[in-house]
Amino acid sequence: MSTGTRVSARGLRKSFGDFTAVDGIDFEVRAGEVFGFLGPNGAGKSSTMRMVGATSERTGGELSVLGLDPSHDGATIRSRLGVVPQEDNLDLELSVSDNLFVYGRYFGIPRRELRARIVDLLHFARLSERATEKVDNLSGGMKRRLTIARGLVNEPELILLDEPTTGLDPQARHLLWDRLYSLKQSGVTLVLTTHYMDEAEQLCDRLVVMDKGHIIAAGSPRELVDRYATKEVVELRFPAGEARRALEEVDGLARRVEALADRVFLYTDDGDETAEEVAHSGLRPTSTLVRRASLEDVFMTLTGRQLDD
Amino acid sequence: MARSSLTLGPSLAERARRPSALVARNFFVQVRAVPYVWASGLLEPILYLLSIGIGIGHLVGKVPGPGGALVPYAAFVAPGLLATSAMNGAIYECTTNIFAKLHWAKLYDAVVATPLGPTDIAVAEVGFATFRCFLYAGVFLATMAALGDVRSWWAIMCLPAATLVGAAFASAGFAASCFMRSWTDFDKVQMVAMPLFLFSATFYPLSELPRWLQLVVEALPLYPGVALCRQFSLGHPSASAFGYIIYLSVLALLAGEVSRRRVTKLLTP
Ligand SMILES: Nc1ncnc2c1ncn2[C@@H]1O[C@H](COP(=O)(O)OP(=O)(O)OP(=O)(O)O)[C@@H](O)[C@H]1O
Ligand SMILES: [Mg+2]
Repeated sequence: MSTGTRVSARGLRKSFGDFTAVDGIDFEVRAGEVFGFLGPNGAGKSSTMRMVGATSERTGGELSVLGLDPSHDGATIRSRLGVVPQEDNLDLELSVSDNLFVYGRYFGIPRRELRARIVDLLHFARLSERATEKVDNLSGGMKRRLTIARGLVNEPELILLDEPTTGLDPQARHLLWDRLYSLKQSGVTLVLTTHYMDEAEQLCDRLVVMDKGHIIAAGSPRELVDRYATKEVVELRFPAGEARRALEEVDGLARRVEALADRVFLYTDDGDETAEEVAHSGLRPTSTLVRRASLEDVFMTLTGRQLDD
Repeated sequence: MARSSLTLGPSLAERARRPSALVARNFFVQVRAVPYVWASGLLEPILYLLSIGIGIGHLVGKVPGPGGALVPYAAFVAPGLLATSAMNGAIYECTTNIFAKLHWAKLYDAVVATPLGPTDIAVAEVGFATFRCFLYAGVFLATMAALGDVRSWWAIMCLPAATLVGAAFASAGFAASCFMRSWTDFDKVQMVAMPLFLFSATFYPLSELPRWLQLVVEALPLYPGVALCRQFSLGHPSASAFGYIIYLSVLALLAGEVSRRRVTKLLTP
């Protein structure tokens, strides 16, 4: 493994009884990059994150995290990792700042050092004013921010964020993106999962799309859009349930068409022209939108589903 | 890589540090947030001691203790209550609490993402509960001494004996909690603990029972604790003490191993 690699997986598998959640995936996370896992519910993203985080033993394949094998050096790996789990699991019996303190003590960070870090982390999470409050009293978004701050207490080299911004308001999301970006600037490697396309596009240098335990596409956001989508997309809205019927009529107007219950997507290189043709075809959608193709479309193309399905 | 193959695993200091960080967390929470839990855990057995020892003691008079000599009923029953309080303290700390942290608060899901592993968690929780039993036993023993229920310097040995009882039941409680599925399962714990309390020769000498029932009682896990504390507090240690110590140690170790395996499965699926 080269020194520039933080995580490398080859044929990585995870089974729960007869069920295979992760079915032989290969990926490599390079030092200093933001690496994303995209995929619908149940794709195996969290299962993969847990194996990388050395809290779940792999069923098969090879896995190396920070140059170590999680099966043998789990504790050492975890001591250098920051983990933000999908579900907040703050210590409900402790106050906001005590959550950071006690968690930091699990890493053996000296008390004095820890107190200094907590001041910064509370500031980072914008929770300085609520430091002495019980975490139970916090709003969902505040808990999320505290969980993220907690994951930074040991100044990790590699941070695993499982749906970090789910439950955050738009302002808090953008703030977090800024913070994650500055962490990346300081040389930290980030691995994240997300259901938000804009998040993946904003943050990820490279990403993989997972579905049913497999990686079905990999590359930078731009590469993926170029490879799997056309330049532009015409999005037609219909009353719920009528989109499938409209699908037949627009067939042939674009390079490729897809339909959800209430929308039809036409993948084309010239959106305006295609929209024109739709208008002439006599079809009457409730609205028509021409836009640039995005990761969302890559996802539609690859899985036939929307990401947050 | 060379580095990982040369590592000899965590140092002894690091291995001891990890569970102690979780023990510290428990102290932090309990001392700050729920001091009354400590007080009530302590008060209850002492109330038993006063009511049964003094109240019933007056009615019953003397009973045969270990070695056959007659002793006041209060002095007879006190070590039984001491062992029972160690059992109850351990069960209190290591069943509902553990279940809640496992399945409701998800506390351990956060902990296993740090250098602590499932084994550290089991060690910490059983250790913490055992320490609490030790503290309770100390206060209880002092109360016994103040009431005149202590008959010899051997009584000081009640302290490690009650602590061992605590360790055995804390391990067993932790193991049981790992198998529990819902809160109603905890009624079963009480269904076990209550008869143990009543029938482990706590309130009357074993010799009162027919021989076959004596054998049953002797096999109960609380009996060795009661017998051990009674031998010591009344100043009549015998060779059987070794058997009791072995019984309790084996129980603690077996339950500890079951706990370790089971909690590893639960927390790192
Ligand atoms: N401990 C477990 N025992 C049994 N099955 C599990 C366990 N953990 C996950 N699974 C199963 O593995 C599959 C993948 O789950 P995983 O949580 O990795 O998906 P995900 O991609 O993170 O989904 P989401 O976007 O909903 O978070 C699911 O079908 C899930 O039910
Ligand atoms: Mg998930």
